[in-house]
Amino acid sequence: MSIPDIDTGLVSQLAISDEIEKIHASARVGETQPRLGFPPYRSAILRHPTRDLRNGDPEGAELFAPVFGHADVDVLESDLTIGGAGEPIGERIAVRGRVLDGDGRPVRRQLVEIWQANAAGRYVHQRDQHPAPLDPNFTGTGRCLTDEQGWYSFTTIKPGPYPWHNHRNAWRPAHIHFSLFGTEFTQRMITQMYFPGDPLFALDPIYQSITSERARARLVAAYDHDSSRHDFLLGYRWDIVLAGRHASLMEDGDA
Amino acid sequence: MPELIATPGQTIGPFFGYALPYPGDRELVPSGAAGSVRLHGYVRDGDGSGVEDALLEIRQADSSGVVPATEGSLHRGGYQFTGWGRSSTDTAGHYWFSTLEPGRARPGGAPFFAVVVFARGLLNRLFTRIYLPADDAALAADPLLSTLDAAQRRALIAVREADGGLRFDIHLQGPRETPFLTFPGHS
Repeated sequence: MSIPDIDTGLVSQLAISDEIEKIHASARVGETQPRLGFPPYRSAILRHPTRDLRNGDPEGAELFAPVFGHADVDVLESDLTIGGAGEPIGERIAVRGRVLDGDGRPVRRQLVEIWQANAAGRYVHQRDQHPAPLDPNFTGTGRCLTDEQGWYSFTTIKPGPYPWHNHRNAWRPAHIHFSLFGTEFTQRMITQMYFPGDPLFALDPIYQSITSERARARLVAAYDHDSSRHDFLLGYRWDIVLAGRHASLMEDGDA
Repeated sequence: MPELIATPGQTIGPFFGYALPYPGDRELVPSGAAGSVRLHGYVRDGDGSGVEDALLEIRQADSSGVVPATEGSLHRGGYQFTGWGRSSTDTAGHYWFSTLEPGRARPGGAPFFAVVVFARGLLNRLFTRIYLPADDAALAADPLLSTLDAAQRRALIAVREADGGLRFDIHLQGPRETPFLTFPGHS
């Protein structure tokens, strides 16, 4: 075990990076999801199951995601920049992409929820005590429904990186939290979208809890010039593939 | 059809509290309404401490066993039953729902709530089930429960409280660790 810093009781980035490297070196090829037990992320140590997950055969309510519609979500909720009296500070961006199932089929008319820090790396959440400014014109929460082709789209501000206390001088890469539903309840997931080229990737135990570099890259949006808008914003593209199959496979007769 | 590789999950983190909870999120039916039941419990870590930043969602059939495909969970009108709800935990790790007891989804099946758990420190979501403590024959014949030993089987069945409520604790780790599920296509 590495020696904690005398003032903060926190271990160094070097120690965390060393732990990450050792785990990655012994990882199986082909892991696509994060490890649940990943000690470099200290909060995970007491919060992950140690027994194998049981194989479930989905039935009943597991076969049907909840249904959302225009009674649930206003179209204005997809624009995070219009909630205040003025313009939020920061780099205005659009993030768009498709939500697909494992067979490439679009997830239609389904809820997507996002939340994020502001441009200075500060969340509105009361527990965020990072001494960076709050923005009176930015709360950082949004919702939308996917369209008939599975497309979602948000207008927002590029979030800033922020410090946390996992270890000494720990910083989260800039990210947007995404909450996603599929067509089956078993496809429910929450994840984080990152921005290309972030120098903090290699240092972050949450991002690195996915041991495969190719799998990690699936969380990184691409700059998309076709989504950028003249004189107004920069565009990013990020597609999401949900794990798990769904019942219509059996209706199609190919399962 | 192509098999696409799933996008990895990540932890919900500590700051979802101003984004995901909403008024009425845990009241699938209004608290105290006729036929309503309180489903509640604690989310605990490997030391037995309450997890104060967890989020649970349930998906369920109505009393007759039909899984609703009804909009309106985010703005509940108090009359439609959508069969889905969301409860964050409080500082003690406690969650609660006001809901209906689900009916059986198939003849002879054991009724259950489908559950997904998120938390800070939990790097990917966990699925489990909360079975109703009734109909011993259906529970004994259940395809999932019958693969578990007696202690693990008990760990997936809610406890009926004196006031009629249902109590179910989630242990993320430790000697009482809740059996969690993986489904086809998850890994």
